[in-house]
Order: sequence, then structure tokens, then C-alpha cells
Amino acid sequence: MDFTVSVLLATFILSVLALFVFIASMAKGLFGSGGAAAVQIFDADELGTVEDPAATAKQRGSLQQAMDPGHAMQRRSAWEVATRLRADQSSSLVVGVCLTMAVVWLVLASLAGLVSSIKLHAPDWWVGQAWLTFGRIRPVHLNLVGYGWCSMAGIGVAIWLIPRLLKTELVGAKYALFGGALWSLGVVAGTVAIATGHSDGLEWLEYPWQIDILLVIGGAMVGFPLWLTLLRRKVEHLYVSVWYIGAGLLWFPILFLIANWPGLHFGVQQATMNWWYGHNVLGLWFTPLALAASYYFIPKVLGKPIHSYNLSLLGFWSLAFFYSQVGGHHLIGGPVPSWLITISIVQSMMMVVPVIAVAINQHLTVLGSFRALLYSPTLRFIVLGGMMYTAASVQGSLQALRAVNTVTHFTHYTVAHAHLGLYGFFTMIMFGSIYFIMPRVMKWEWPYPWMISAHFWLVLVGFGIYFTGLSFGGWYQGLAMLDKDIPFMQSVALTIPYLQARTVGGAVMTLGHLVFAAHFLMMGWKFGPRRLGAALLAPGPAVPASPASPALVTAKAALP
Amino acid sequence: MSSAVGKWEMDELRLIVGSMVILSGATALLVVMPYMLLKDQEPPPGLQPYTAEQLAGRQVYIANGCIYCHTQQPRDIAQAPDALRGWGRAPVAADYAYDTPHLLGTMRTGPDLLNIGARQPSKDWHLGHLYQPRAYTPGSIMPAYPYLFEVRQGAALPGDTVVALPPAFARPGEVVVARPEALALVAYLLGLDRTYPALAPLSVAAPAAAAAKKAGP
Repeated sequence: MDFTVSVLLATFILSVLALFVFIASMAKGLFGSGGAAAVQIFDADELGTVEDPAATAKQRGSLQQAMDPGHAMQRRSAWEVATRLRADQSSSLVVGVCLTMAVVWLVLASLAGLVSSIKLHAPDWWVGQAWLTFGRIRPVHLNLVGYGWCSMAGIGVAIWLIPRLLKTELVGAKYALFGGALWSLGVVAGTVAIATGHSDGLEWLEYPWQIDILLVIGGAMVGFPLWLTLLRRKVEHLYVSVWYIGAGLLWFPILFLIANWPGLHFGVQQATMNWWYGHNVLGLWFTPLALAASYYFIPKVLGKPIHSYNLSLLGFWSLAFFYSQVGGHHLIGGPVPSWLITISIVQSMMMVVPVIAVAINQHLTVLGSFRALLYSPTLRFIVLGGMMYTAASVQGSLQALRAVNTVTHFTHYTVAHAHLGLYGFFTMIMFGSIYFIMPRVMKWEWPYPWMISAHFWLVLVGFGIYFTGLSFGGWYQGLAMLDKDIPFMQSVALTIPYLQARTVGGAVMTLGHLVFAAHFLMMGWKFGPRRLGAALLAPGPAVPASPASPALVTAKAALP
Repeated sequence: MSSAVGKWEMDELRLIVGSMVILSGATALLVVMPYMLLKDQEPPPGLQPYTAEQLAGRQVYIANGCIYCHTQQPRDIAQAPDALRGWGRAPVAADYAYDTPHLLGTMRTGPDLLNIGARQPSKDWHLGHLYQPRAYTPGSIMPAYPYLFEVRQGAALPGDTVVALPPAFARPGEVVVARPEALALVAYLLGLDRTYPALAPLSVAAPAAAAAKKAGP
């Protein structure tokens, strides 16, 4: 028993000590230069200038009115505008490819999810084919979402952000392109493996290890451009988003490699490893990518820096420290050492620290500017995603408490929670980011603004139905399972209406995704009426080759 | 001020070192320590290794994603009434000595299966239930698995394992024959039986054993 106590005590003391060091250093103002790093993403005199390429000219005018009415936008230096144009252009091919793949995966993943959902209340539907059975199409859905849509979208957004954050051109785009291709190949092969019954049998780690090699190498290669570009950075300070992207790109290949190493893990040890991975892929891969995007786009769209740079530093390190140890809460009540579960529960509660840090930072940045949500499509998705991050995280912490977990573990409630995180938070932020990025990548505006609105309302309403239905259904299911006088079959029967509601919600979400994908393709083929307006940084093909080029004059002249 | 900037500023080196140290810590805690604690554990004397057919059946269980609806980890009676439902005692790590990959599961859309072989020892029931769950459990939402079976017109051939369906679900002039996958899966399910007495739980036993080793010569 002394072993258990000493492990627990050591972890706890270490956590609390680390926390005090941060608080003390913040109180003493030791983080220094916070202001300088926070405004690093803006050019000289750019503060106060709104930016949302997804907005129409009218929306953009209203956005500027709402934020800083008297601001004159002509003050930016031509050299900086040219730098940003070249930064955007240097990443456009690889970003365009990654995001296109992501959208394809999103549509396929939605369809697989919808089929899985229907099968739970129509168990004799489409049972003749092995690959369509629930136990295969459900992991196909999860892996297409995780490694297809979320990872590809996250990588695409991260690569687009890198040159902007470092104010230079992307170096080594070809590595990312090759890495992304390997990764996509892995997703295709992995999907086929699951559908044909060659799963490894672990949740989140279904792909056979031979296929995993593609994702490890691909994942490491998409990180190369970040490190190569960092060598040539033209900024003094690294902005918050760079930390998140850098750490995420380092963490993923290592996590995935250890988790999939063949012949290494066994029995119950494999179960603890499974959830060490299962939670870290969310906390140390998806979450950092989405937070990096929201830390960039919220201040960028609004034209004002984040609320507190020091808080973002606290948020980053406490997220890394606490999030990486929460996995054991998936095994509460299971045959695993009790000290491990207790540590994970403690760290799940400690997750409140980074969550509050991010929440204060992001919500206080937006506070007072809520009218901006009316005019900026990007911001609408990203602020919604940020709110869902807070909600999902607080819910996750509470769910790790034994009393709550006893009810929700093994039920649909957990599935609803997982979707609040990966859909409500991550996917919403990716939608917003893609709306911002694509006009820059394609040098073409979104053809139909109404489709952006339709997409937003469909996924919001669909997800509302999905989440509410499944959360209530799962909670009642859990209560029924805990009552020894209620037969097990009743805990199944009572969920049926909620499962049907989930199918309705999921269908509406899928419809939203089809609208989004259609709009995305129209843009890809430069289809539809070309909207006139000032959404582009500098309209026309003229992009100067070097800061000294005479084309600068064109760029300057073209400014709104 | 400038020295303070240098002290707390984030740069590439701090980012890489810091993120790697933190990941190593978490990995040591959640992966390496369970590995050290569990790697030398002996299987309990009451636990039989899986037969070749049961292992093949375990692969069918994995291939068809049974874990997405079934757990294999009954909870302690203090936490949940699992034992009262006949799902068995709370297991300990040693009960999974032969279970790689682990199939603990996270979902109870269906019941726990760690002791399904003891609870439902009928091969006929399992075969029929896989072919059409609703023939045995009205209201079940488990998928039917017709692709694990073959429907033959007329009589069965010698060597066929014919599924004995309830009369309401049997069609005249047809026999339903189990494919090898179905037979293997049922062999695996029938082998799921951890009703022997549990070894002492790990968190107490492992350090005690380690201490005993240290105390020895």
C-alpha cells in the first residue's frame, strides 16, 4: 500500500508545485514581453483592422464598423502586405490539397456515422454484408473522422498558419505534401482493413500496424516544414499558436508509434496504454491544433490581441501536463491498479486550470464584440467552437468523478460527450478556419454566402438534437443499469427514442456537411458568380517576388 | 526586464524539451509502470489458455467489432449490480493473462460478456442468437449476422452444424448451417468463464511480491 500512497503523493505534490511556480511567476510579472508576443500576429498599424476573407464586402464593412469605426486601413506598410501575400501563397498548394482531402473524409465519415446510428435502432437493416455490420462501420466512422477529417483539416490549417505566424515563406512544403499523401494512403488502407475484418481490436488503434507505419512517417513529415520554417523565422517572439502546433506535431508521431508497436503490449497493461493513447490523441493532437487556430483567428478577425499572453502560457503548459495523464479515467471500475485511476481522476479535475486559462483568454477577447459574430462567418464558427471547448472540458472533468462516471461509463452519454469535444469544439473551429483560409488559397471568394449560413444553422441545429438526445438517453440508460430491479433489456429499450433522435440530428449534420462540401467544390472549380468586394488581401494576380520588386506598388495600390 | 524576458520567453528549445519531458512523464506513469507491474504476473490456476479454435473465434469477435457494444469487465458489487445480473465477480489483472489484444470494451449497449460461457452454456442458443438475436431476446438491438451462416435448400449435408431455430423463425424446406467463423466465435464465447476464485487484487499484491523478492537472498 505504501507504493500506491507514495505514487499518488508524488504526483499530487508535483502538480500543485508546478501550479504554484506558474502562479508565482505570473504574479511577479516574470513572463515579460507578453504584449510584444501577443501582437506579433499583426503588422505595424494593423491593430484595429478586421480581417475575414469569408465575409462579403458588406459584412466586412459592418464588421469594421462594429470593431473600430474610425480606423483607416491604408496605413499598413506595403512591405508587410507583400510579405503576407507571399506567406499565404507559399503554403497554398499543400494546404489546398490537405483541406480537399479533409472535406472528402468528412463526407464519407458522416455517411458511415449515419449508417451506424440507424443500425442501432434498426438492427436488421443492411445485415447481409459483413463490411456494413455495426461493429465495422462504426470504427470506420471513428477512424475516418479522427485520422481522415480531423487530422487532415488540422494539418492543413496548421501548415497554413506557420508562414503567417513566422512572417516568412513556408520552407519544405514538398515534405508536407508527401507526408500528407502517405497519411491519406494510410487512411484509405486502414478503412479497407477495418471493413474487411482486419482490425487490431483496440479503440482508436484499429488500423493494423503495417498501415500505422504510413501514419507515423506521414505525421512526422508534415512537421518538417514547421521546423525548417522556424529556422528562417522573421519574428522575434513565438506566438501561442506556434507552441501548440509545434508540440502537437511532435507528440502525435511518438504517441502513435508507442501505441501501435507490435508485440509490446499485453492484457490489462494494453488497456491502460489504450486509454493513455485514446485520451492523448484528443488532448495532445486534436486539441492543440484547434486551439492554435482559435488563438490566431479570433484576434485576427477582430483586429485586437488576445486578452492575456501570460494566461496563454499557463494554459499551454498546464494542458500538456494534466491532459497527458487523464487517460485512466476510462477504466474506472476496471481491473487496473487503483493508484493509476486515482491519478487520472485528480488530473482530470486539474484540467480545469488550462480550460479556464483558455476560456478567459478567448472569451474575454470576444467579450464586448459579440456583434462581430453577426458579420464574420469565420468568427461565428470559431467562437461557437471555443464555447463548446469550455463546455466539453468541464463536462469531461465532471465525468471523471467516480460518482458521475458510475452512471455514464458504458453508456451513450460518453458518445455524446465525445462528439461535443471532437465535433462541437474541434470540427466547428476547423469549419471557421477553412472559411477564412480557402479564399486566400484559391484567390477566389466563397461563391454563395447563403450556403455558409445554411451550413452553420444545419450543423448547429443537427448537433443540438444529436447531443441533447444522446446525453439524456445515455444518462437514463446508466441509471437503469445501476438499478438491480430493472432488467438489463429495459436499459436497452428505453434508449430507442433517443437513438432515433440521434439519427435525426446526425442526418441534419450530414446535410450541413453536404452543403459545405458542395460549396467547397464550387470554390475549388471557381464555379459560381464571382463576388466583388475586398475580401482578398490584394486582388489580381500580381504577387511580388521579393520585397524590393516594383510590383509592391501594385500591391499597395490594390489595398482597400 | 530583458533578463526576465530571456528567462520566460518560449523558444524552440524550451518547446521541444518541455513537451517531450511532459510526454515522457505521462508515458512512464500510464504505460511503463503498468508494464513493469504486470509483466511477471502468473495466470491464475483456474484460468485455461484459449484453444486454437477459441483464438480463431476471438479474431471473429474482433473483426466484427463486438467490443463496440459489449464489455468484458464486470464492476464490483459496491459500484454496480453487475454480479446480481449474473455477469460475475469483479475481475483482476491476472484474469486477462491470455487476453492480447485486450477486449475490455467501453460500451454496454449489450450486456457484459466476461462470463457469458458460464451464464449461457448452450451452443445451440449462441448459434441461433447470432443468426437472429430477436428470435431469443425480443427487443434486442444486436445486429443479425447472416453472413456467418449459410442457408441451404433441402436437407443438411453430413458434417454440417445445423442451427436449431425456434419454430416461428425457421422456414420450411430450408436449413441454416453455421460457417466455421460462427462455430469458432461460439467456441470462444463458451470459453469465457472466469468464475474461479479471484487472485488478490494487483495494487496490493504487486508491491508485496516485490518487497518479498527484495527481502530474499
